[in-house]
Amino acid sequence: MNASPEHIDYVLRIGDNALILGQRTAEWCGHAPVLEEDMALANMALDLIGQARLLLTHAGRLEGRGRDEDQLAFLRTEGQYRNLTLCELPNDDFGRSMVRLFLFASFQELLFERLAQSSDAELGAIAAKSLKEARYHARHAGDWVVRLGDGTEASHARAQAALDYLWPYTAEMFAPAPGDEAVAAAGIGPAWSTLEADWEAVVLPAFGEATLTVPARTPFRSYGKFGRHSEHMGHLLATLQHMQRTYPGAQW
Amino acid sequence: MERKEWPLWEVFVRSRNGLDHKHCGSVHAPDAKLALQVARDVYTRRQEGVSIWVVPAEAIVASDPDAKPELFDPAEDKIYRHPTFYKLPDEVNHM
Repeated sequence: MNASPEHIDYVLRIGDNALILGQRTAEWCGHAPVLEEDMALANMALDLIGQARLLLTHAGRLEGRGRDEDQLAFLRTEGQYRNLTLCELPNDDFGRSMVRLFLFASFQELLFERLAQSSDAELGAIAAKSLKEARYHARHAGDWVVRLGDGTEASHARAQAALDYLWPYTAEMFAPAPGDEAVAAAGIGPAWSTLEADWEAVVLPAFGEATLTVPARTPFRSYGKFGRHSEHMGHLLATLQHMQRTYPGAQW
Repeated sequence: MERKEWPLWEVFVRSRNGLDHKHCGSVHAPDAKLALQVARDVYTRRQEGVSIWVVPAEAIVASDPDAKPELFDPAEDKIYRHPTFYKLPDEVNHM
């Protein structure tokens, strides 16, 4: 298949978000505060990895150079990953992980809703399937955000610190990328900037209910979706790629 | 800092439409809404269910294990309570 480079990049961005946040979220496995959340987080991490497999397989086919999901997931260099910086930031505490998952899943939910009508039928099918997962993640993490924010003094302080830290990275979700217009014009998917108002309409009331203060927007911008990542990305990739780099093509 | 255990919730899962909810275990959760969510994650991750009930464990009134003799033993020799004295037509199976 010979898809346009913008089309491939668009799918890669969505797939890399799922891959990298899936890897981050999986770090909780065996470390969550209670058994119940340990399973919830592992389930959600595996949902994201499942989405990444479908999306990267699709991106590989669009590219038409014979790269499969494994080659795309494990054998690219840092600058070739297109995920939002938000997805690669360290978990820190449970509060930050839940605030991040809420910010991200709410974005994914809106994106998948719009993608369900994509002119790229395969992408539309993946989005329709993944939408239910994103919806659950947004609900579960959102319920936690309210309970932590409107909880004890300690949980409120941690949730507020998490929101203060993460909020500046959310601007990147809606930053235009080259080729946005072409992708939107071809009916493949929405331009990123068109999701912002709907996203704010979802997350701002939730933070209000959580009694958390949303910081003002600043000129700070992150650029993970263009391949310029934070210092945390290399460490994450070292963990993610190490098996495949050490034992190329290993199977079990 | 005060450390409190989350309340315990008993989890009942209906595996298919038409079947009863069956008790399958318990979870700790801070409130009912999250109890349902973690019950979903702990007990239905392999397609075990189509419906979940969670009940605060403290709302369940249980029989006293020490009262077993007076509660259950008297039924032991009342075989006439089993409907085994009726002749059933052959067409009625699986009674």
